[in-house]
Amino acid sequence: MGYVAVKGGSDAIHNSLELVEFYRLKDAVQPLEIEQIKGQLRLAVDKVMGEGGLYSQEYAAIALKQAEGEVFEAAFIIRAFRTTLQRRFYSETLNTREMFVKRKISASFREIPGGQILGPTRDYSQRILDSSKAFETIEDVKKFVEHFKLSVDETQLQEIIQYGKVIDLLANEGLLKPINPKEDRKLVDITREAIKFPAPRSARLQMLARAETGGLMAMGYSSMRGFGSVHPTVGELRYGQVPVKLKDPSGRIRYIGKIEVTEAEMIASTSVSKKTELPSYTVGYGLCFGQNDTKVICMGILDTTMRSPDASMPANDQEFVLYHTEGIESMGFTNHLKLPHYVTFQSGLKNIREAIERKTANPSQPQPEPSKA
Amino acid sequence: MVENKKYVNKYNFAFIDEATKKEIRRKLLKAIAIPGYQVPYSSPEMPIARGWGTGGLHVTLAIIGADDIFKIIDQGSDASVNACNLRNFVHDMTGVKTTFDTAEATIIQTRHRITEEELQANQIFVYQVPQPEPLRGVERYENKTRQMHGEADYAKMWVSLYEQFITHGDIMLGAGYPVKVNDRYIMAPSPIPRWDVPNLNHSKAIHLFGAGREKRLYAVPPHTKVEALEFEDVKFHIENFNGTKCVKTGYHKAFLDELYFDDGSKHFLINDSNFLDKLIENLQPVQHSNPYLNQIEDEKN
Repeated sequence: MGYVAVKGGSDAIHNSLELVEFYRLKDAVQPLEIEQIKGQLRLAVDKVMGEGGLYSQEYAAIALKQAEGEVFEAAFIIRAFRTTLQRRFYSETLNTREMFVKRKISASFREIPGGQILGPTRDYSQRILDSSKAFETIEDVKKFVEHFKLSVDETQLQEIIQYGKVIDLLANEGLLKPINPKEDRKLVDITREAIKFPAPRSARLQMLARAETGGLMAMGYSSMRGFGSVHPTVGELRYGQVPVKLKDPSGRIRYIGKIEVTEAEMIASTSVSKKTELPSYTVGYGLCFGQNDTKVICMGILDTTMRSPDASMPANDQEFVLYHTEGIESMGFTNHLKLPHYVTFQSGLKNIREAIERKTANPSQPQPEPSKA
Repeated sequence: MVENKKYVNKYNFAFIDEATKKEIRRKLLKAIAIPGYQVPYSSPEMPIARGWGTGGLHVTLAIIGADDIFKIIDQGSDASVNACNLRNFVHDMTGVKTTFDTAEATIIQTRHRITEEELQANQIFVYQVPQPEPLRGVERYENKTRQMHGEADYAKMWVSLYEQFITHGDIMLGAGYPVKVNDRYIMAPSPIPRWDVPNLNHSKAIHLFGAGREKRLYAVPPHTKVEALEFEDVKFHIENFNGTKCVKTGYHKAFLDELYFDDGSKHFLINDSNFLDKLIENLQPVQHSNPYLNQIEDEKN
């Protein structure tokens, strides 16, 4: 009986889950170890942590393994896991000036304090398929790592330095737009309350930090390419480790560990509304877990665009950007179309059939051509 | 041997942590106090995808107790795959008794149907809502629709109904027909067919609506006025099954599914699986009573 044959649903689900497990394992090769995923699929792990909203390489790696490498699905598993954990503390504001910098670049100046540090990046790699990776052995890996370590002379290493920021240079010269005193600076927690519009910047940045990289990129790109007006310069892009601190009940600030983050400060010029107003620059901010340049750059663009609401530009529209780049929600709703809808469909079908009957029974009424919509 | 307990999770009763359950219950109380008003809430992620009933699950899991008896239907059926999955989840996380019997259940979660059998005062009916905003079709911005509700400014809605009548000769809204609750808020009853809409009016049960993805809760308390939007001269009506009957029972005063058999022939079958079972077993379930349903003639051949 066609669609109603969803009867026996529990058995069908059980069999389907068995089958999906079989598909994951059917080649009967050595199972992936969590350490391998953490180490060699580092960037996928970073994405899962960022979109999942939970900083744990280990759990993200397990989720990736469980989801056969589907980043959306893995991030979703992490989000669901996160729900079971109670929010006990809020950390102190991260100070990225304390970052142990692994990568630090600026596109706005040739030289910046502390210099340009490429760090680990594929930016200047040639995207040529390296077929030798097919034959990589543990011996090769060990050999490479040993050789790499030998090439570093530890006696020559500088002490760990904290670097000044590029935007400080601009701020000191008075080139940055002063903070709007009317800006809503309320700190909300989007995991504890539904976002309301217009949303304060804290909520917007939190939404962007958990948003899906591809979605952010589409929106950010649209603003640069033609459906917007923001084409910013990378003031500074940093990747490294920052300390996380908590205030304990006695009021003492305690260091609890460090996390890896990527941070972007995107510089854009602002429009001047009054003739008397001086032109200035504004900073669009992006921060996410792990290493993900694309994400923080697009966050930075969208942070800027959303501060100038303009319905003619999709990227400047808070509701449009924030609702539709939320990967877990958009993935869920998109896939819900696979659920049966026969009651809803029947209800609409009745309307259409009756409307057609009315039109054919009463030809004196003007008949619009079908399917013009 | 010391067991490695690192990955062993013991989930809280009903999965969600107590602080969040409390928050959801507080918001539900607010929703009941202001019938039809959409209350924003935290909407934590569930291990079920967004759009697959997370809002309904939040409500169910926040209110369920160990003594409750839980029933869940999807498109009217207890056996639909998604209903099975959610039922298993609720059962695994709470250990409560589950049932197919509408009359026995204390909490009934649903997607897109109200049961044919009349609901009682001890029952809570929980809806999975895909789009809580009835005005979304006429106004895309959340910021503006909230303002429109605040000012009871429903002009755009009425104009859209009028335009449909002018173009098609009828109000073309099918499932999820907008209603006015307690003479104040226009509310989306979730995509239930028009057939079910009159059963919300002065119902004895509590009706709770959860829209997880959109992070809104709303409610129709018992014995509350719920009217489908209509004009003085263009009236709301329920689906007309034009004298067709259920292929199994011959009954015609229930919402029917249109089925196509392997030979291509078209048949109708009662949609509500438990109601159908009860008719077949001749248990004479008591149906909702409303003017639209009462109009349909009792033809007992």
